[in-house]
Amino acid sequence: MDSEKLEFLQSKALDVRKLTVEMIGRLGVGHIGGALSIVDLLTVLYYDVANVDAKNPCNPDRDRIVMSKGHAGPALYSVLADKGYFPLDEIKTLNQPGTNLPSHCDMNKTVGIDMTAGSLGQGLSCAIGMALAAKIDKKDYKVFCILGDGESQEGQVWEALMYAGNACLDNLVIFVDNNGMQIDGMTKDINSIEPLDAKGQAFNLHTQRINGHDIEQIEKAIYQALNTKNKCSLIVLDTIKGYGADFVSCKGYGCHSMAISEEQWRAYCGKEKD
Amino acid sequence: MQDNFEMREVYCQSLIDEAKTNQDIVVVEADLMNCIKTGPFKKAYPDRFFNVGIAEANMVGISAGLATCGKIPFCSSFGTFATRRCYDQVFISVAYSRQNVKIVGTDPGICAEINGGTHMPLEDMGIMRGIPHMLCVEPTDSAMLKALMPQIIAYKGATYIRLQRKKAETVFSENESFDLFKAKTVSKGKDATIIASGIMVSKAVEASQKLKELGYDVGVLNTFTWKPIDEQAIVEAAKSTGAIVVAENHNIRNGLYSSVAEVIVGKCPVPMESVAVMDEFGEVGKMPYLSQKFHLTVDDIVEKTLKAIKRK
Repeated sequence: MDSEKLEFLQSKALDVRKLTVEMIGRLGVGHIGGALSIVDLLTVLYYDVANVDAKNPCNPDRDRIVMSKGHAGPALYSVLADKGYFPLDEIKTLNQPGTNLPSHCDMNKTVGIDMTAGSLGQGLSCAIGMALAAKIDKKDYKVFCILGDGESQEGQVWEALMYAGNACLDNLVIFVDNNGMQIDGMTKDINSIEPLDAKGQAFNLHTQRINGHDIEQIEKAIYQALNTKNKCSLIVLDTIKGYGADFVSCKGYGCHSMAISEEQWRAYCGKEKD
Repeated sequence: MQDNFEMREVYCQSLIDEAKTNQDIVVVEADLMNCIKTGPFKKAYPDRFFNVGIAEANMVGISAGLATCGKIPFCSSFGTFATRRCYDQVFISVAYSRQNVKIVGTDPGICAEINGGTHMPLEDMGIMRGIPHMLCVEPTDSAMLKALMPQIIAYKGATYIRLQRKKAETVFSENESFDLFKAKTVSKGKDATIIASGIMVSKAVEASQKLKELGYDVGVLNTFTWKPIDEQAIVEAAKSTGAIVVAENHNIRNGLYSSVAEVIVGKCPVPMESVAVMDEFGEVGKMPYLSQKFHLTVDDIVEKTLKAIKRK
């Protein structure tokens, strides 16, 4: 990746983080930790790799992005707003009555959302369905699915991983946002899903494990996945919950959902006034 | 008299016939292809058939994903596993997401026979009709199933089809026409109406004949679509006969009796009686035994009808 592109993506990631903090900050509380841990991936997908277009959000040939960890909706809304899927001002409506931006992703409310999620563990199966539809129609769109590590304790995730591996879905790339934390504590202390890379390989998935906050590594891993034929790909992203905002990440697993004061978000976003 | 063909044969043949002109029809199975007999579809359209193994939640989720891309997935399992085993997936990935997935649950109620209580769906329609906008339909016999399949395929929305697998008792002739959203009047009466579904329809017809011998003129209305239920037909039956008996191969709780009562109570209160499984779990056995055990016989319908008439 050339330095200009890297600089652009890093700057976009920062913009998205700020928007996400502002969105949740204006509301006062929300799922900030797991939203921030996935921002670098979303930035690479939406501003670099994925074939998506805000002007044609229902294009049947577009790449699909399934946010299975639906509570990270605000991070995705920030990207979509920044890209012009809907007016930027709409981020102020998060979870307000009648909003198009609910806590958890809803494909029937928000332009640009490819699948509804919120009840954890369901998105990967849906992503597989989309990948199979592409195969039936002989279309070359790709499907990207983002799972949480805590979410991966759900049994359906393993049903889906097994099928994705056996069906050799090379048009599907699965990400696990491996931030190591869940509501009640550290994932390793509650019910560890490690070793994720060994499990991925055992499920016949082309498995990579990278730093989930390194833009260059993310891009490289995605292209490697897309160039791997006859195998579905798993990319384990080692991440930090709340990454990029110290007042969030310092709370540890407590940042899954936390209160954010006006002072905090305005300081982080560098926005003294509206 | 039984149908010439098994319900599953008619189901699969309808899919094959419709799939010739409808490229979007796909079938998703969870290791019951050989029970539901969708093998011929797989043979005809191998690229549009998927077997995910024994993983109903995944089956439903994959179907939802296929539907987001315009496909019309038919996914099936035994009624217990197609509904309560994967209820949240049906609720969120399919219904809440507004996806056009057809879920087929076979072996309704006591039709599960020797598979026993673990496989006996006596609550499937109840829990499925509790999902907003879910179309819930129980085709009565092969003639009706054949007529309804093109309508079910054309209907855009989450659908639950409660399907007997084997040969049904023949109620309707091959040239009969059906509207998916209209109840079918089997016979009109003056003294009471038996509102029935599934295997209880042919029993209701027999019961009405027995009642005729006793001097009562009792009609039979087949509400094969439980949701949205044909309110007009129910109100007309209540108004014209003044007594209703609901006969269903399902738990009384949240089943057809509840669906009909929701209409009767609000729009035309008349005496109502129920022939249903009275809040019990299923158990192993053949149909005659189970019908006796759970009081789903022709004589039970006769008894409850006389009771309803007496209450008028």
